[in-house]
Amino acid sequence: MTDATAPAAPARGSLKAADERTRKRNAAEKRFRLYGLTAVGIGLILLVTLLSAIVSNGVGAFQQTFISVNVFLDPERLDKQGNRDPADLRKVSTFGYTPLIQNAMLATVADAGVQTPLTKGTDMRPMFSAGAAAQVRNFVLENPDRIGDTVAFRILAASRVDGYLKGRVQREDVARDKNIDAEHLDLTDALVEAGVVEKTFNLAFITGSDASESRAEQAGIGVAMIGSFFMMLVVLGLSLPIGVAASIYLEEFAPKNRFTDLIEVNISNLAAVPSIVFGILGLAVFIQFAHLPQSAPLVGGLVLTLMTLPTIIISTRASLKAVPPSIRDAALGVGASKMQTVFHHVLPLAMPGILTGTIIGLAQALGETAPLLLIGMVGFIASNYPDGLASGFLDPNSAMPAQIYEWAKRADPAYYERAWGGIIILLVFLLTMNFIAILLRRRFERRW
Amino acid sequence: MPVLWLVIAILALSAIGYVMGRSRALSSAGGDTRALHSLPSYYGANVGLTILAPAFGVLIVWLLVQPFFIDRSIASQLPDRAVSADTTMDLVMSDVRRVAEGLDVAVSEGAMTAQEARSIRTEFTDVRQRLGEVGVALGSNVSAEVLSAAQRYRSMSRIGNLLMAMAVLGAAIAGFGISLSRTHSEFRARNVVEAGVRLILIGAACIAILTTLGIILSLVFNTIEFFRLYPARDFFFSLTWSPSFGGGSELGIIPLLWGTLYISFIALAVAVPIGLFAAIYLSEYASPRVRSFAKPLLEILAGIPTIVYGLFALLTVGPLLVSVFGDEGVGWMQSGTAVMTAGLVMGVMLIPFVSSLSDDIINAVPQSLRDGSYALGATQSETIRQVILPAALPGIVGAILLAASRAIGETMIVVLGAGAAARLSMNPFDAMTTVTAKIVSQLTGDADFASPEVLVAFALGMTLFIITLGLNVIALAIVRKYREQYE
Repeated sequence: MTDATAPAAPARGSLKAADERTRKRNAAEKRFRLYGLTAVGIGLILLVTLLSAIVSNGVGAFQQTFISVNVFLDPERLDKQGNRDPADLRKVSTFGYTPLIQNAMLATVADAGVQTPLTKGTDMRPMFSAGAAAQVRNFVLENPDRIGDTVAFRILAASRVDGYLKGRVQREDVARDKNIDAEHLDLTDALVEAGVVEKTFNLAFITGSDASESRAEQAGIGVAMIGSFFMMLVVLGLSLPIGVAASIYLEEFAPKNRFTDLIEVNISNLAAVPSIVFGILGLAVFIQFAHLPQSAPLVGGLVLTLMTLPTIIISTRASLKAVPPSIRDAALGVGASKMQTVFHHVLPLAMPGILTGTIIGLAQALGETAPLLLIGMVGFIASNYPDGLASGFLDPNSAMPAQIYEWAKRADPAYYERAWGGIIILLVFLLTMNFIAILLRRRFERRW
Repeated sequence: MPVLWLVIAILALSAIGYVMGRSRALSSAGGDTRALHSLPSYYGANVGLTILAPAFGVLIVWLLVQPFFIDRSIASQLPDRAVSADTTMDLVMSDVRRVAEGLDVAVSEGAMTAQEARSIRTEFTDVRQRLGEVGVALGSNVSAEVLSAAQRYRSMSRIGNLLMAMAVLGAAIAGFGISLSRTHSEFRARNVVEAGVRLILIGAACIAILTTLGIILSLVFNTIEFFRLYPARDFFFSLTWSPSFGGGSELGIIPLLWGTLYISFIALAVAVPIGLFAAIYLSEYASPRVRSFAKPLLEILAGIPTIVYGLFALLTVGPLLVSVFGDEGVGWMQSGTAVMTAGLVMGVMLIPFVSSLSDDIINAVPQSLRDGSYALGATQSETIRQVILPAALPGIVGAILLAASRAIGETMIVVLGAGAAARLSMNPFDAMTTVTAKIVSQLTGDADFASPEVLVAFALGMTLFIITLGLNVIALAIVRKYREQYE
């Protein structure tokens, strides 16, 4: 027997001390791993940046500056005939009320013991919102018997004053601003000290309606919220039944043929069509062709329905597929028809999954903006609450994302704060919906 | 609201039909359900469905056809002098419709009697003013021809609506009678109802086809109309985009396509490396705990509406870039809205899209490939680079194509972040505009639908639709093929 002599091993160092090549490879390994970690880190940092930008910019919209004044409702000006006739009272426009508020402001300043070079009534005009006169006028029209009294009001401060207190309007900017002077800012500081001017929570931003370009302090997102709500009603009412019916057909009944393939291809392609194309479809079909009213939540809802259908169909099919075949076999075995099997057994078991998918689809539709621009839900001031179901669906209205876009387009920076604030509200809705979807999934999901 | 009442009447009738069908079936079996072919509720459902289906069918068809028919006959009766040189038939017809609507409003608000609305003449009444009083603003004075056409329109609509109500109710009652007469214990109600339900299911599935058809038709017809007014060669090859509603506009798509592709390129340059590396890390390296925490967080980015990204670009990223690259910094950037702004923000939006798609694809690579590579002594990163990525490459390319199609079709970020000027420039800090942004700007105005400046939006939409559809089809084919490879 000859001992096979192994060829002499190449000279290698000890296994304990890594050689050059191993060190290089290990370093490459570490680097690669670091790249991955960095990528995840960048993603998370971007998420944090985005969210903190939204919160830090938008939180101001939920606070508004108010001025407490005691307005003397002068009968000389408001009711010249002295008969308290509502028709006559109505004739006095908001212009008739502005001097009363100016005088009340002067009195308030004097009461607070503030020294200011602003002594004329018209000097006070830049301090309060143009909406204040309407507020006082509405009060008088509702309570004509209070004419002649001095009534305490909390009126909105002008947008610039509000901006000054929130740090948006700086003293350097005021020099170029014809709406307000440095004296007004001094006065504001003094009145804040005296407790006349204060910043409080602004419910009107959540419930109020949009305001004109020059009255940023009055604008709210409430009407647009109602518009979104009606749109979501349309989307839910149409896309859930249609989507479920289509999925049931495709998953349970459809034979394997060309026609079924055609439907499948269409659904998967529609899911990837840019949303703006759905807007073009809505404009051409629903508005040009069918003459449905422009800017109506009904049309918006129809467009968003077509857009969310693929999402809902895909998720519904997945949850129908997840129901094990044994359930169907058992039902068929005890004599149920195919239709009864699906509607009595498979569908109820798939329902949690279907609802989860529907909520996620609705959340997508709620945030979608581009198609709404094309069917005319922007470019006007959505200031009227719908006064009933029919008007809610058919009257021109805005929607939350469209309203945010509208504000972002306006020139006054005061509206940017509103836009960020609107985004916070929109995101709260989206988060809630997604949270409900996750909860549904956790609570009802069955593993077979 | 005659249509609403009609719908309510049909629904009520079908509810009554359900109850009657059920009780008739039961009584025909002598109250013994065992003698029936189907469960009693199927007999009721049969009657209910036979009422609903024909009635709604007639209603829908009638609602679609009637406006056409009326428009046709009114238009053919309009004298030629009503359509003067500076208007078109469409405009005159829309005037007619508006006046007719105005008269309806006036009658319903009590400002006019129905008799008056039928008989007023422009010679004796200022129609524009009368309608203005009830809140219907007309653009110009109403000519005698338009007014009489509007009155004819109203009377035809009224007759049409009356006929429609009769036809629909007739169909419902006929369905009621026939189905009720067929209801007896031997009737195979379940089979009939199930066939009906099946038809409804097929109809719902066909809505996807109808939607696609609607998109294609609305794009094609308006695009053809556009090319009739504006030469196709100029649209595809002209290097300038300067629409002016006064006429003489140049509508070349090339600057818009350039802006679109430039922005998408920057977006992908941001999203692909970050998304891909994130996917690799999360699927190969990360512990289950890190994965279960980082993956959903990244996917939040995908759930944020695009309007939020648009605002982020306009108000946060834009000013930030200006402070670095603007006049106070390097001086390359004039304003906050630029290709770079939109591209970066769009990249952020696409990160989760790329990462979750690639994650799925990397996870689909069979474990045996990894094991084989480790057995040969490769490190984890060598395995990923030399085994997993090549195996997953087709799928990743598909994912990138899907992301590109997303980027090209994205609207809100570019509308708010990219600017409005169409220019061909290499500088990524210039403001440029995209196909989607121009679709929005051309269609959100009050210009009329016959001008090339508005119709061009449909041609742009068509281009966008074809590009994104092509990308999607290719990407889906690649991804599908790749999946089959390992199944």
